[in-house]
Amino acid sequence: MVLVKRLVLDILKPHSPNSLDFCTALAASGLGMQVACRVLAVDEKTESVEICIEGAELSFDQIQESIRSQGASLHSIDEVEVVSAVDGSH
Amino acid sequence: MPSMEAIRALSYEPCPMKLSARIRLIGEHTRSLSIARRYFVVNGFDGALTMLGIIVGFYHSNPGPPDAAALTVIVSACLGAAIALGASGLSSAYISESAEQSAELQELEAAMVLDLQGSSPSLAARWGPWLVALVNGLAPLLISLFILLPLLLPAAFTFLWTNVLEAAMLLGLGAIFLLGIFLGSISGHFWLFSGLRTLVIAIATSGVIILCTPN
Repeated sequence: MVLVKRLVLDILKPHSPNSLDFCTALAASGLGMQVACRVLAVDEKTESVEICIEGAELSFDQIQESIRSQGASLHSIDEVEVVSAVDGSH
Repeated sequence: MPSMEAIRALSYEPCPMKLSARIRLIGEHTRSLSIARRYFVVNGFDGALTMLGIIVGFYHSNPGPPDAAALTVIVSACLGAAIALGASGLSSAYISESAEQSAELQELEAAMVLDLQGSSPSLAARWGPWLVALVNGLAPLLISLFILLPLLLPAAFTFLWTNVLEAAMLLGLGAIFLLGIFLGSISGHFWLFSGLRTLVIAIATSGVIILCTPN
């Protein structure tokens, strides 16, 4: 079993929710998630943000659902860090 | 830091959302809360001044305490006006706000190049007009009913004030003064000045009604 430990995502989102609320909701979509956000560009109605998510076992489906439900769209997966379980317990 | 309810509202966990979380969601995505606050004052003032005007008109035509038959006529006229103001506020605000917010959502969808159906901006755009419409409809209705209390419950008020029309006029002036204070608290102006300003408008309107109506 391979575990996703870190993701860096390029996301286009509306101004509302703001970055703090957006990341808080993202972090609430899973357990033990650490979310960092950097605003790359601000447009009239949207903003591009780079989101870095770290955790013991990230669920990409839940992350995607949280992004979609907040009215944002995932443009690209820029960085990925995965590990395979050592003892095969997963 | 957003509360857990707001986070849940944003992350769309499949659980029933509380009213407070919905209102917070509407506030985060639309301008509905500030619009609703403005409508509360505007239409509330409308309701209060309309009731005051009708009551002053009746009082001017017959200054003495109204008998049961006259009271029925006055209450019917005032209630009719109050319900019409409430219905008008509800329907007009819903129609205009839903059109505005639908257009704003379409603009956002165009900017995002994304169908936002089911997302938080879409839900906020759907609930926002209901919130604005409810405030716009209920404000004049509830304020009118407050002013009409002495006419609706004459037995309870005749102990305090002999003429229920005068008691209703005092309540009307009081409601308008309170709306002025509320406006002052929003704008940051001195509350007494703001309250007195709306009170002067109400008294001037009453004066014009007295001058223009036959006795």
